[in-house]
Amino acid sequence: MDTIVSMASALCLLLGSFLCLSGGVGILRFPDFYTRMHAVGVTDTLAAAMILIGLMLQNPEGLVMLKLLLILLMTIFISPVASHALAKAAFKNDLVPLSDSNENKGGTESSIS
Amino acid sequence: MLIAATIAILLVMILGIIRGVVGPTLYDRILAVNMFGTKTVLLISLLGFAMGRPDFLDIAIVYALINFISIIGVLHFSDSAVFKHDPHDSGSTNKDA
Amino acid sequence: MPENNFSDPDKQSLVPHLISLFLTLAAFWLINSGHYTLLILSLGLTSIALVLYIAHRMDVVDHESQPLLIPLRIPRYHLWLIKEIILANISVVKHIWLGNKTISPVLTTIKAHQKTDMGKVIYANSITLTPGTVAVDVVGDQITVHALLRQNIEDLQAGEMDRRVCRLEN
Repeated sequence: MDTIVSMASALCLLLGSFLCLSGGVGILRFPDFYTRMHAVGVTDTLAAAMILIGLMLQNPEGLVMLKLLLILLMTIFISPVASHALAKAAFKNDLVPLSDSNENKGGTESSIS
Repeated sequence: MLIAATIAILLVMILGIIRGVVGPTLYDRILAVNMFGTKTVLLISLLGFAMGRPDFLDIAIVYALINFISIIGVLHFSDSAVFKHDPHDSGSTNKDA
Repeated sequence: MPENNFSDPDKQSLVPHLISLFLTLAAFWLINSGHYTLLILSLGLTSIALVLYIAHRMDVVDHESQPLLIPLRIPRYHLWLIKEIILANISVVKHIWLGNKTISPVLTTIKAHQKTDMGKVIYANSITLTPGTVAVDVVGDQITVHALLRQNIEDLQAGEMDRRVCRLEN
C-alpha cells in the first residue's frame, strides 16, 4: 500500500515536471504573445495541479494537506484572472494577434488533430 | 523524485527568464514574470518537502498572493503611454492613436 | 430565503451572506493557523470581526461576492470542467512539441447566453482556465476569444460549456 502511494506520487511529480517543461518550451517556441499565453496556461493549470497532488500523496497529514489544497485552489482561481487582465490590456493597447497564416480563411476545417 | 521535480522547475524558470529578457513586447515580459511567480510558488512547496520542512507552504501561499497583486498592480497602469504597443518592435500591427 | 434577494437589497437579506463569509474566513484562519490555544483563537475571532465590518462598510457583501445557491450545484460542473482541462492540456502540449506549423491561432467573438453577470463571469473564466482558449474581452453578451486552434473555437461554438453554465445559474 505504501509503495503504491509513493509510486503514484512519483508518477504525478514526473508528469507535472514534464508538463512544466512543455510549457517552458512553448513560451520560447510559440510565435506571438497570445499563443505564448496558452503555453503558460498549461503550466498554470494541470502542471501545478499534478505537482501539488504529488506532494499531497507524499505526506498524508491533515493540516499540510489542507494547505496544499489551499495553494491549488488559489492558483486555479488566480491564474485565469491574471491572464485575462493581461490579454485585455494587450488587446486594448493595439497588440494585434497573429492571424491564421498557414491555413487559409475558408474551407479546410479540422485538417489537424 | 522531489529533487528531479525541483530541477525541472528551475529549468522552466530559466526558460521563463530567457523569454523575459528576449521577449519583443512588454506584454511578453509581464507574461514571463507571471509564469516565474507561479513557478516560484511550486518551487517553494517542493523545496519545503525536499528539506523536510512543510512550514514553507505558508510562504508559498503568501507568495501566490503577492504575485497576483503585483501583476494586477502593474496592469492597473496599462492606460499610460508606456504600455502602448510600439509597432516597430515586432511588425504586424496597425497603430492608430 | 436566498431566492428573493436578487431583487431587494435590504439589510435583512444580508445576514445569510455575512454568515457564509464568516464561515469561509473562519475556515481560512483555522487552516492557516495550526495553533488552537485560546489566545490565538480569540485573535482570529477579532480579525474576522474586523474583516466582516470592513467588508460590510465597503458594501461588497451581497449575492455576487457570496453566492449561496451556486455551491450546491457547482461540483458536477467542476468535474466536467476538470475533464475538459485535462483534454485541452494534452492537446496544447501535443501542439507545443509538434511545432508552429501545426497551430492555427484565431481571434473571434462568441455569444454567451447567460442572463446574470455572474454566469458570464463563470463562463469567461472557464474559457480562460481551459488551455488553448483565452477570453480577451466581454462586451454585453459577446465574448472575444483567442484560441490556439481553429478546432477549439468550433468546440466552443458547439455550445456544450455555454449550456452547462446556463444550467448552473437557475
